[in-house]
Parts: sequence; structure tokens; C-alpha cells
Amino acid sequence: MSAPTTYRQPVSRLWWLKKRTYFLFVMRELSSVFVAWFAVFLMIMVVAIGRGEASYQSFLSWAASPIVVVVNIVALAFLVLHTVTWFALTPQAMVVRGPGGRWVPRIKEVSVAGRRVPAATVVRVGGRVPAGMVIASQYAGLIVVSAFVVWLVLR
Amino acid sequence: MSEGVAAAHDVLLVGGGAAGLRAAIAIAESNPSLSVAVVSKVYPMRSHTVSAEGGAAGAFAEDDTLDEHAYDTVSGSDWLCDQDAVEAFVQEAPRELLQLEHWGCPWSRQPDGHIAVRAFGGMKNMRTWFAADKTGFHMLHTLFQTSLKYADLTRYDEWFVSRLLVDDGRVHGVVAIELRTGRIEAITAKSVVLCNGGSGKVFPYTTNAAICTGDGMALAYRAGAPLKDMEFVQYHPTGLPFTGILITEAARAEGGWLLNKDGYRYLQDYDLGTPEPTPVLRSMELGPRDRLSQAFVQEVEKGRTVESPYGPIVHLDLRHLGAKLIDIKLPMVRELCLKYERIDPVKDLIPVRPVVHYMMGGVHTDINGATPIEGLFAAGETACVTINGANRLGSNSLPECLVFGARAGRAAAEYAASAQRPPPVVMQQVEDEIRRIDQMRRPERGSERIADIREEMQSTMEDSAGIFRSGESLSKGSDRLAELQQRLERVQLHDETQVFNTELVTALELANMLDIAETILQSALQREESRGAHQRTDFTTRDDTRFLDHALAYRDADGAVRIERSPVTITRWPPGERVYGR
Amino acid sequence: MADSIQMNVTRYDPDQDSAPTVARYEVPLRKDWAILDGLNYIKDHVDGSLSYRWSCRMGICGSCGMNIDGEPKLTCAAFLSDYAPGPIRVEPLSNFPVARDLVVDIGDFMEKLPRVKPWIVRDDVTVIDGEYLQTPEELEEYKQFSNCINCMLCYAACPIYGLEPDFIGPAAIALAERYDLDSRDRGQRERLDILIEKEGVWGCTFVGECTKVCPKHVDPAGAIQRYKLKAAQENVMAFLLPRGTR
Repeated sequence: MSAPTTYRQPVSRLWWLKKRTYFLFVMRELSSVFVAWFAVFLMIMVVAIGRGEASYQSFLSWAASPIVVVVNIVALAFLVLHTVTWFALTPQAMVVRGPGGRWVPRIKEVSVAGRRVPAATVVRVGGRVPAGMVIASQYAGLIVVSAFVVWLVLR
Repeated sequence: MSEGVAAAHDVLLVGGGAAGLRAAIAIAESNPSLSVAVVSKVYPMRSHTVSAEGGAAGAFAEDDTLDEHAYDTVSGSDWLCDQDAVEAFVQEAPRELLQLEHWGCPWSRQPDGHIAVRAFGGMKNMRTWFAADKTGFHMLHTLFQTSLKYADLTRYDEWFVSRLLVDDGRVHGVVAIELRTGRIEAITAKSVVLCNGGSGKVFPYTTNAAICTGDGMALAYRAGAPLKDMEFVQYHPTGLPFTGILITEAARAEGGWLLNKDGYRYLQDYDLGTPEPTPVLRSMELGPRDRLSQAFVQEVEKGRTVESPYGPIVHLDLRHLGAKLIDIKLPMVRELCLKYERIDPVKDLIPVRPVVHYMMGGVHTDINGATPIEGLFAAGETACVTINGANRLGSNSLPECLVFGARAGRAAAEYAASAQRPPPVVMQQVEDEIRRIDQMRRPERGSERIADIREEMQSTMEDSAGIFRSGESLSKGSDRLAELQQRLERVQLHDETQVFNTELVTALELANMLDIAETILQSALQREESRGAHQRTDFTTRDDTRFLDHALAYRDADGAVRIERSPVTITRWPPGERVYGR
Repeated sequence: MADSIQMNVTRYDPDQDSAPTVARYEVPLRKDWAILDGLNYIKDHVDGSLSYRWSCRMGICGSCGMNIDGEPKLTCAAFLSDYAPGPIRVEPLSNFPVARDLVVDIGDFMEKLPRVKPWIVRDDVTVIDGEYLQTPEELEEYKQFSNCINCMLCYAACPIYGLEPDFIGPAAIALAERYDLDSRDRGQRERLDILIEKEGVWGCTFVGECTKVCPKHVDPAGAIQRYKLKAAQENVMAFLLPRGTR
């Protein structure tokens, strides 16, 4: 007997517009393009500086052109989105352990010459740092690094 | 393989809850060459084991003994259990729980890494293993996931078994409907184990899931096997009103109090001990379920309960336990209260009432799960071995599923190794069954609705065979059930689709429940005494001279219930007084 | 509060219909009633042919997942009054083939689950004479992931699963992580071999909806990201170490 029929629910091309969270996700993914843009922009600047004063001046006037300014404003907005969303996701993706954690022995299987053998190892348990603290420390780190860069540029 | 046969197996397990899966794994381990299959009307991880909360008893702690677990079980049962079964049970329970530990069950632990145990109603020592308050859920998923390891285990998920194939006193398999297609086919097997749970849905207010419709009991009963001790229906003292959702006994074991409308711990008035601020074993809130549920009814009569839209209630008070203990030991209680009552047990009283929870009775089996029909076995709530007698102790049913599931599985495997293939005559029964089901789906049978009959059956059972019954209420109930049986013949089904026809399933379940309901009433009518969960207002005391025996309900050819009696096995604990709190 | 509410329920009969249709029902609006009580009212009193799955109605058996106003929910744990004045849209879980009305075919998950070996992998014990010790801290490491009820809401919420049905999916990976983190288990390596494949953890782009809709706070998205870290470490090791030692 053949398998009974089922109805396959179609997925719309615009699925990412159906929920605010889906839309935010797609924007977060899109933000990586602008992160790449900033990297390229910085590289162009570094190269321009390396080539001497004239080159740097022409870079500056290009960077001040309306189109580049608009692109950079948009890119900055996406960069902020990128930073905020990824900082928020970090504690979910990564277990950060504080002083409350401890090392305990654990046996794991490892592959040796294609064969699985048990091996003694240690793993960390407990002492998980709360999500809020992980997020806060990322912002703290960002501020420290930014301050250092500002100091480097302005000294 | 002949026409109309989906498959032929050596052992077929009907039901994929704790008992069925434990049996399946036992066979896969002991007789790997046998062809084993599990057929269930739901995916195994949906089985009702999933709803068990409090824990599973096994004497394992250093200061505990098997004899004490046995004595608690025997006295809890009001001496109606079979003591040889209890002795085997208490001995094998710890090993089974350890086996589950090795399969990955996330049992709660002591700080040093050993298993933690908690107190439970009617138990003299702390011996109840627990996985927070989701013990049944974790046990079921551990068993199900472990069963996936055995790739040769065949599963028929979402197949509804409607009939046993029995010829000449021997079972040869089942007839089942594949819900996904609507096909009706035979699955033959040399031995069959019924592990498809209880029948709480016979009553209106129950902790039981929608699927607990006594299918296994009805299958065995119609095939000629007797149902034992059906008059003993356990009311759990703490269910939520309206939904009947269970608030685990562990809530009281951790220190919760039962209060009447005056905030008074009323159990002290019912020979259950004196109130202490912290829990005392076998006392007050940790008394057995039958006594606690009966005390509630007496409080209602004294006018000391609280009125709610769903009838009288009392309160379960956990507030003094604090948020931390509740979140670690009773997270599900808090979750259920927040979701379904919109109250927080950390600061609010929980409204509770007794609700039907468990059938002590079931398919009559011996200590290895064998029924009087050759090749037919039963285990879990479907079966009645019996370790529960007139009243089951909380946390004995989960280990019962493991101990007797494994035993029945091994016995069924042994039987299958020697049994013959089914004779051709059983194929006639398959055709009869297809015809019977077609008959039910015929248009213009009448105008009766399934839900109307079901609701009337439920209220009839509550009125006639509730916590207190009498000869008069039971006879009246029996007359009403007879009417409902006739109305069932005129039920009109409206669903003509083959695929996932849940209306047809509901009708078959209703037929099962009506049969079960009648055995409950007849067994109760003939037991002219009060014992455990069976309390007669016209025979108020226990009568060991006349009724220290089991009731076996057989189905006569005309459909009537015939009760026979069989002796209780007593090994070491002669009948005595049940003493709690003193 | 009005005394009734409209439920717009998806109907699909594979024998008759080429695509699902919507049926409109009025059900009593009662404070305590869940969406499931509304469906049961329809089945018991209005139209007995409506098909859907349900069982425990206490949020633990995982049977009654459906899309309510487009969001995957357990219908026993979502209340009519929260959707007043209605109408309430009740549809089968998205991303699954529909078998009938509100019943979806979850055979795909049932086939994928055993692939991640959701059981304790270890073969050094033949006689059981005591428990494996496991401290409450060690239990806490995997406890969250062991609370999965297989209700399939995460699959219905995952756009990747909708677009790439080969993706092994949130619940299955969360269960793999549950056993990996269990101090009694030794099967990490075997599971990684399965999950390091393209349709394993790398299928996930961290939309995070699985975690948001999970009724048991299992956090499958977290499990998947943690697995990616393991898989990445493995890839680096594979790159650095000579073949024979792996």
C-alpha cells in the first residue's frame, strides 16, 4: 500500500517578514556585510596613510563625499545592531565559569588510530557566570578597548 | 505471511509506557534473537507514565530494609495484596532503579553524589527515589531513549489495538487500526504482554490522561481473562479542581500541610496523628491516600471545606517551605500552579480535592505477569499481581512497572521460544473484527453522541462508586450503565475519513470504559465490607472472615459480569490493624 | 468578558482536499479553558470529525502542539481568555507535513532521534552493584537539556528546518548535548561524528526561536552553539594533528 498523502506546508520566500524575531535575525545576518565594509574602509585608510600625505588627503575627501558618509552612517547603525545582538547571545552560546566552578575527573572516549578508547580527563563543572554578568563584562571590555584606542589616537 | 497480517512477531508488547518499554528492553537483552514489537496508540514518550511526579520506592538507603518496605506495602494494602508478590517486588525494586540509573535517569542526588531519597505517604522510612518532581517523565524518556539503542525492536506507533486474537485458550496476536492510514490489520505474535495502563477516565475528575481508557483491561476481559479487585479505585487527595491535575504527594513529603477552611490541619481529627511543624513519617499528611481522601469527604460533611466553582476544596499550604526548596524539589508543582491556577505556591494556598488517580485492580496475573490465557501476560497498571491490594502506596507504582514489566517480558519471551505459529482459524477473527468496526461506522445507526454517553458514565461512576459507596448507590449505577450500554449501540459517527479517525478511536475507547465501569460496580457490590479504598456506608468495617480474598470479574457469554473469589496469599504478615500516626 | 469566542481551525482531509481549508467555530469563553478545551468542546458537541492529538493536558506529554495565531504552543497550556476577543487561529505546527486537520507527521523526527544516540554510551559495566556517583553540580550541568518533552514546537519555530528538512534540528541536538554533558556517559566522540556533518550543528544559523518557544526552557539554541564550539575544536585538532593519532 502506498504511503498516505500529506500536505506539505509551503515556506514563503518572505518568511523572514512574518515575525519580528525572524526579521531581526535576518538583519543581524545582514550586519556582517557592514562589518566587512568597515574592515575594508579601515584597510583603505591604512594603505592611504602608508602612501603619504597626498594619498591620505584624497582618502579624506573621498570619505567625506555624501555617498560614503551615508553608507558609513548606515554601516554604523548595523554595527551597533551587530554588537548588541551578539553580545546578548554570547552567554547562550558559551558557558563562562567563575571561581565557583571546580575541576572533576571524567572519562571520555577518544579516537586513537581509528579506534575508540577511554581516556581520563578533567572537566569543569558549576560556577557558571550569570548571563547578565557575561553581557556586562563584554561592554566593559568594549569600553576599555575603545578608551585605549582613543588614547592612542589623541596622545 | 497471510493477507491482512501486518507482521508476525515472537513477542508483542501492547503499550509503550514504563512497563512496556522495560519489558521490551528485558527481552532485547535476554533473548536478542526474538522478534519483539511494541504497539501503542500514542508515541511511546506520550504514554501516561510521563505524568507521574513524586518518585519510585526502593529500599536502598543504609538504614532501610526490604522487610520494612514490604510491611508498609502490606499494611498500606489493608492486607489484600499477595505477600509473595510484595516480597519479590521489594527485593527487585532497588535493582531496577539502579538499572535505570545506569541507563541515564537523572535521579536527584545527595551532595556526595549518592542517590537521594525522600519521604512518601504510608512509608516508614525515606526510600522514594526521585528526579525532582518529574520522576515519571524522566523514567519514561530514559526508557524510551534507551530502547532506541535496540534497532531491531519494531514499533507500531499510533496503532490502536481493538481485539486480542485468542483461540482455544491461547493468544496469537492482536487486531489493530493503524491511525495514520485507517488500515485494520492483524499483528500476530506467539506471546502478548498488555501494558497499556489504567482506566481513570471512567471517572469525571481524574489525574489520568485522556488515553487512560482501560483498553488493556477491556481487551483481556473480552477475551475471557478475569479482572481482579476492580472495586479498589484510588483517589489521590491532592488534585487541582476542574483540570484534576496532580499535585504530587512529594509536596506533603517535603513538608506541605492540608488545611480546611479555618486553616486547621484537619487530618489530626481522623486518627492520623498529631500535627508537628516538620513531616513525620506514616503520620498526618504522610498517611496513606485512601485515609486522606476519606477524611476530605468527612470534612465536607462537617461543612469545614471551602466552596469553589468546582465544588468543595481544601488547601495545600507550601508557603512555609520557601521559594528555594520549592524550586529545587518541587519545580513542576510551582509550574503547574502558575500555569493552570494562576497562583504561586510560594505565597498562595493551593486549592485541592481528591481525584481519581489509580486502579488497584486490573488483569489477573501471577507473579510473572501470566494471565489465565496462555501466552497472554500483563504488567503495570493494566495488571493486578497484586502488590497494591485495597490501597496502593504512593511511589510503588513506578517500580511496579519496572519489576513486573521486566518479569512479564522475560516470561513472555520464554513462552514465545516454545510456542507455535498461530493457527489459520484466527484469521476468521480478523475478518469478524473488521466487520465489527465497519458496523460501528455505518450511517444511520442512531442519534446518540459519544460525549453525552461518556459524561453520563463518568457522573454515574462518581455518584455510585466514589470514595464512599453503598449497595443502593452501586445498584442504581449498574442500572444506568446498562442503559448507557444500549445507547452505545445507537451512537452515530460523523467522521468518514480513514486517516486519523479519532472519532472512531473515541467510540472504541468508550466501549472499553463501559465494560470496565460495570466490573467496578459489580465487584464493589459483592464486597460487603469496608477495606482500603473501598468504603461501604452500609458495611463500615473490614470483614476478614468473609472478604480476605480477591474478586475476579469474568465476562459471561451474555455480557454480564460474573464474580468469583480467590484467596489472598499471606506469607509473613498476618492481618492486623492499620496504624498511622500513633 | 464576552461569553463566546471564535476559533478558526484548519481542516484537511487527505482523501478529499488538495489543500487545507479553515472552519469557523464558536466556543464558550471560560476563564479556565485552554485552547485544548475549546477544541474538545468542538469535537464533543459540534463536529466529531475534527482530528488532533492530546493526552495529559498538563504540559508534559508533548502531544498537543499547534500553531496558535502563528506561534507554536502547547494547546493545553495556552488559554482562550488570553486571545480574547478573538478570533483565534488554530493551525497545525508549521514545517511538518500535515496528515489530517491539526495532526502533523513527525516521522522525520522519530527517524532522526536515534541517529544522535540519545542513551548512555558505555560498555564497561556488566554487573550493577551500586550507582554511578554524580554530584548535584554534575547533574545540574545537563539537567536543563533533559527536560525536553519532544513536543516539536522548536521544529515548528525553526525557519532553517522549514527550508532544509535534512537539518537534524533543535530537540535532537539538545538531547545529544544532554548525554554528552552527563558525567556517566562516554559517547561524546560518537555523537560528534554525526553532528559535525553539514545537516548537523552547522545547519543552524542561530535564529534562536527554538529556545523562545520551548515550553520547558530547554534552550536548544544554546546546546547547538555549544556543540559548534566542540565541532570547531575538533576541526582544528584534525587540521593540526597527523592522521594516525586521531
